Amino acid sequence: MDQAMEQTKYLIVGSSHAALEAVSAIRMHDPEGSLTVVTRDAHLPYSPTVLPYVVSGKSAPERIFLRDDDFFARNKVSYRPKAALAALHADSNTAELADGSHLAYEKLLLATGASPAIPPIPGIDTVSYHVLRTLDDALKLRDAIAKSKQAVVLGAGLVGMHAAENLVKAGASVTIVEMSDQLTAGYFDKVAAQMIEQAFIDNGAKIMTGNRVVRLEPSPVGAKLTLENGTTLEADLLLVATGVKPEMAYLNGSGVEHGQGILVDDRMQTSVANVWAAGDCAQARGFFTDTQVMNAILPDATVQGRVAGMAMAGDPGIKEYPGGVPLNTYHFFGRHAISVGSSKVPEGGEVVTRFDEKTGRYLKAIFQDGRLTGIFGVNEFFDGGVMCQLILRRIDLTDVKERLLANPLAVGREIMSKTWR
Amino acid sequence: MVRAFNTIAFDAAKCDGCGDCMVACAQAKTGTDDIARSRIQIVGREKDFELALCRQCADPKCVTVCPAGALGKDGETGVIGWDASKCVDCLLCTVGCAYAGIALDEVSGHVSKCDTCDGNPACVPACPHGALKYITTANIYNEVGDWEDLFAPGLAGCQGCNTELLMRHTLRRVGPDTVLATPPGCVPGMGSVGFNGTTGTKVPVFHPLLTNTAAMLAGIKRQYKRVGREINALAIAGDGGASDVGFQSLSGAAERGEQMLFMVVDNEGYMNTGMQRSSCTPYGAWTSTTPVGAGCSAGMPSQGKTQDAKNLPLIMVNHRCAYVATASTAYMEDLYEKLDKALLASKTGFAYLHVYSPCTTGWRFPTHQNMEVARKAVETNFVMLWEFTPQKGLRFTKPVDDPLPVTEYLKVMGRFRHLSEDQITHIQGKVVENAKFVQRFSEQAHGG
Repeated sequence: MDQAMEQTKYLIVGSSHAALEAVSAIRMHDPEGSLTVVTRDAHLPYSPTVLPYVVSGKSAPERIFLRDDDFFARNKVSYRPKAALAALHADSNTAELADGSHLAYEKLLLATGASPAIPPIPGIDTVSYHVLRTLDDALKLRDAIAKSKQAVVLGAGLVGMHAAENLVKAGASVTIVEMSDQLTAGYFDKVAAQMIEQAFIDNGAKIMTGNRVVRLEPSPVGAKLTLENGTTLEADLLLVATGVKPEMAYLNGSGVEHGQGILVDDRMQTSVANVWAAGDCAQARGFFTDTQVMNAILPDATVQGRVAGMAMAGDPGIKEYPGGVPLNTYHFFGRHAISVGSSKVPEGGEVVTRFDEKTGRYLKAIFQDGRLTGIFGVNEFFDGGVMCQLILRRIDLTDVKERLLANPLAVGREIMSKTWR
Repeated sequence: MVRAFNTIAFDAAKCDGCGDCMVACAQAKTGTDDIARSRIQIVGREKDFELALCRQCADPKCVTVCPAGALGKDGETGVIGWDASKCVDCLLCTVGCAYAGIALDEVSGHVSKCDTCDGNPACVPACPHGALKYITTANIYNEVGDWEDLFAPGLAGCQGCNTELLMRHTLRRVGPDTVLATPPGCVPGMGSVGFNGTTGTKVPVFHPLLTNTAAMLAGIKRQYKRVGREINALAIAGDGGASDVGFQSLSGAAERGEQMLFMVVDNEGYMNTGMQRSSCTPYGAWTSTTPVGAGCSAGMPSQGKTQDAKNLPLIMVNHRCAYVATASTAYMEDLYEKLDKALLASKTGFAYLHVYSPCTTGWRFPTHQNMEVARKAVETNFVMLWEFTPQKGLRFTKPVDDPLPVTEYLKVMGRFRHLSEDQITHIQGKVVENAKFVQRFSEQAHGG
């Protein structure tokens, strides 16, 4: 470190939604300050959310990039792929990269995302398996799916379900193994999960919920799985999709407080001066809780990235983080499911559901004191962004509740146009 | 560079929920009459109608939450475009947008959103009530941004001065080949003629007397012609300088058809010298010479100006000038059109442009209310926007079919705060009378 160390005013680690929003927010207020983006990824920025569509072939891998080199040139951003953060020396405002080089920053944003969480199943290191978090993962999985005849997907979250659908459509026999007793737990309720499950069964997939793998071993086909209930499965393709968690090893010794993720306040600042965090690696206040929670979803990453960027640039127009609201959309076999808000029924909360067997339309809404706290639909389209505002603004819907449930699309729009046009 | 963009505007008060706009959109975009597939959605009940339509946000959330890079804002048109070949139908954009501007078309299975039909939106002409308008004013601002501001920066106008806005826009448009005359008033008062031996403009400017502006400018224009140089002769004068002491030279130049553009900035008084009344000050208005209160005038209680304003632009029509028009900064598109026509007319004859220019200091309203005051004047018919040429006669450019009561205008500023019921009745009566008068003028003029 004797030679003059490279300096940058803003250093952003990571290159997905939170990082890109922070870049925009910083450049809105400070068009000139030196800005460096380093990322462990080898490519231009892309979204992990698009990867299931790379696997399915719907997205051409060369067309998924969210920004190009020209964008970084125009915005005076030094973009450095294949440059992972190895260690953070917060006391000297210095980041150490994987290649051993050091970068001095004035303000640092950690937007390092998350990596697949690999369950500690005995024998997992003796078999080869797929994960899906990076473009390289997606390309490998895409090629493997084309050849697969019998596949097992561990985990019935949205990543696992997407991949399972791709496998089904590619003609493989597919088994989904899920620890909890419903699919897509945490995203959708039991009724919706059953509709999703039925669609998969109708298309030939096997679903084993409430089950866990206790042993993995190599087999002539590929891998042999032994389940808790004694069943054994053979797989030529094994996808581990049991969730994600942030990698935070680089924080060791930095003093940055972290739990499940990096703990941040309502301006996305960490416990350490000049360091912010946003996106899937951050643990920020939940809208429905007063505690800091993980809300690793794309829309929230953009909000957090924006807040962090404005805070770093000292933009006086900053609005504090309103708290994370869960927002998810999911397409399966030509149907769609949308969930906005908390699926938990609060104390004194009221749950209203409606289901039309003929059309397969399902709607569920949760209210507390006349205010919406969550709304979920299968094949029932409503404007998720409008519903999210109803929740965030805690708008009293007592007088329009019946109408809203009967037609959430039109009545939601009516309230929107009257209230925040 | 920051750009302004065209936009579709909705006036809820004019909408009766007929749905014609939705039918037009569905037909244009899907080839069906299925209004559920329309990208403009009118919602609501009975008399209360609301709108869901893409606002083409400057900072679009749908774009930021798209994982596939399928949405993007076009830097030229401002329209947020959707690339079907990149979209993965994940619907996250519908969760990101707080305005229901992008939604699922259940028939196609894809999201759909307004693309303004490439600048020719099908919904707008389909509306039978004028509730939808395609506002193209943005083009003016984009274009104007490229022209040079020919006034010096930092003129000493009052905070929020409408006249400064107007004169900067005007001189930008008229351009550098201009000789400018600014008689005593707010325009030289804030620095057009400069300080300490330098002018406040980047074009030749002079400071005639109130009485001889048009005469001096006519002479200068003739001299330039004589030496074979084409210039724009432009006067920017106040209403006092034009309608009172300067009237004889103005009338003379108009009658002789001198080749110039004479712009009057009508702030309805001598605002620069302390807000004295002029012949353009409206009835009932407070000024420093038409005060309000007991014992103001030789022991008699006073209630503002006791005479009605002179209608100077109509007087100019009676000079049969090459071009006469009234304008307002609340309607910049209209103002620019008239400025272009006036400039062209000034090449061959006398062009007169009368711009109503609210005065935050003299009229007593908050500085940020300038455009609102200017707009209310038009919406109540207190001032009317029209143009006149000897060939085509007089025509309204912004006709107001259903004017607001004049109180909507009077109440937005302090100079009318004291008005009695009788005075308001008088003003409302004059507004109606004036409107009829100009209306008759327009009909007769068209009749030949």
